[in-house]
Amino acid sequence: MDEDDKGAGRGSLILGGAARNVSVAMVSTIVVFSTLALVVVNSAGWAKVKTTFFNPHQFHTYAWPVAHAFVLNIKIAVVAELVILVLALALAVLRSLPGPVFFPIRAMAIVYTDLFRGVPTILLVYLFGFGVPALALSHVPNSPTYLATVALIMVYTAYVSEVYRSGIESVHPSQDAAARSLGLSRWQAMKTVILPQAVRRVIPPLLNDFIGLQKDTALISVLGVVEALQQANLASEAEFNYTPYVIAGLFFVAITIPQARLTDWLINRDRGRQMAGGRM
Amino acid sequence: MTPALVCEKVHKSFGKLNVLNGIDLSLDEHEVVCLIGASGSGKSTLLRCINLLEPIDSGRITVAGRTVTARGVDVNEVRKGIGIVFQAFNLFPHMSVLKNVTLAPRKVMGMSRSDAEHEAMRLLEQFGLADKRDEYPDRLSGGQQQRVAIVRALATKPQLMLFDEVTSALDPELVAEVLGVIRGLAHGGMTMLIATHEMGFARDVASRVCFLDAGVLLEQGPPEQFFSDPKEERTRQFLQRIIEAGRL
Repeated sequence: MDEDDKGAGRGSLILGGAARNVSVAMVSTIVVFSTLALVVVNSAGWAKVKTTFFNPHQFHTYAWPVAHAFVLNIKIAVVAELVILVLALALAVLRSLPGPVFFPIRAMAIVYTDLFRGVPTILLVYLFGFGVPALALSHVPNSPTYLATVALIMVYTAYVSEVYRSGIESVHPSQDAAARSLGLSRWQAMKTVILPQAVRRVIPPLLNDFIGLQKDTALISVLGVVEALQQANLASEAEFNYTPYVIAGLFFVAITIPQARLTDWLINRDRGRQMAGGRM
Repeated sequence: MTPALVCEKVHKSFGKLNVLNGIDLSLDEHEVVCLIGASGSGKSTLLRCINLLEPIDSGRITVAGRTVTARGVDVNEVRKGIGIVFQAFNLFPHMSVLKNVTLAPRKVMGMSRSDAEHEAMRLLEQFGLADKRDEYPDRLSGGQQQRVAIVRALATKPQLMLFDEVTSALDPELVAEVLGVIRGLAHGGMTMLIATHEMGFARDVASRVCFLDAGVLLEQGPPEQFFSDPKEERTRQFLQRIIEAGRL
């Protein structure tokens, strides 16, 4: 196998890349999707479904308000992701500390992960959103947006720390031995040798969790915060029409696609750099 | 003269398995000692214990007059003075050759980037690897990778070099280039402890050959005597098997 094959193979949709393969792929795609479309459009209830879910007038009226509310989902997701990246990494590193001295720290990290990965996210959003204000603490903000974001951070930190940990454990112990044998401290070996390799390997599952988090920002609607889903809810109740939900759904899908392509690109770039001589 | 390395009654076990059963071994400065013995005889474990990658159960290891197995010794300081090269190269795959070599000088010795790179280039040139400075390990042949690993170990200016079967993972035609590098170091006066299966090489470069059997240093002597007239029955059996395999 030559180098070009290695580079093009795994990341691209169409393997091989020959013109004939492309046309075969196109024809089969067109056939499959036209058949599906015909089945749906010719079904008995299509006319009704079309007006309640795919109403152009509703699209026109509510696309902008839902988009406006969706900005809050994005803000929450971005803030939460930045905090999670740091907290989860710290948690994963703590959990990988060796030796009996660090047992209490490891134990606490394990309890945290078990607890927050196990509890349903919506339950934690309720607990924080209604429970914390009920405590009437003086210096803790009572804004439901803030409290729900904290709940999401706690849950997803547990998930993401497991992703990091699997990455750390996937780096062969001989790498640590090589680093330590050169005189690097445990922390230096972790920082310069183990983590850079671990993080590269976990970018795809990390993105997976972040897409999950972005969708779960919709859970904040249960606290009455007007984000995309809640906005769609209000519109739908006013109009007796489900089109606003479809709009909200489209926005959620729309932001995940570029992220998926970005991950593909990052992985390919990394592979290319390590395989192809490293001139950036 | 203070010996470069002294191992006294070194014991090491993994669970119930006794890997090292009281090793006594001493290396003078500029001495090149080859450790031979079957797989599992404890060669690798001894090297890892000297480099403090494995804690010993009892006994004492002294490097250049300093007891390194004592409590409270700064292991990173000790390791800086001892270079080790592994069978599987263990280069850092996410770093270029130059980064691999300059990592320890920068992080451990506190050298500036330009000084470290200057020094690294001098070493890479010496070993014919200067044109590989920006390559990543995956792109190099096994022999080149192992030579880079040797350069990386030399970059902290160690007084003692340990080699753990460094040619065992190489294709036969690549063995010579790596052994050549070690030969060069021997001529340069480097103190070295070399675990190897390459008997011809051991006969050539070693000032002394040690035979390790089931965690015991069974026999040692100058290579001429060791290979032609071994004293112990176990040594004779081992060498016989090596000859039958066509490796001597």
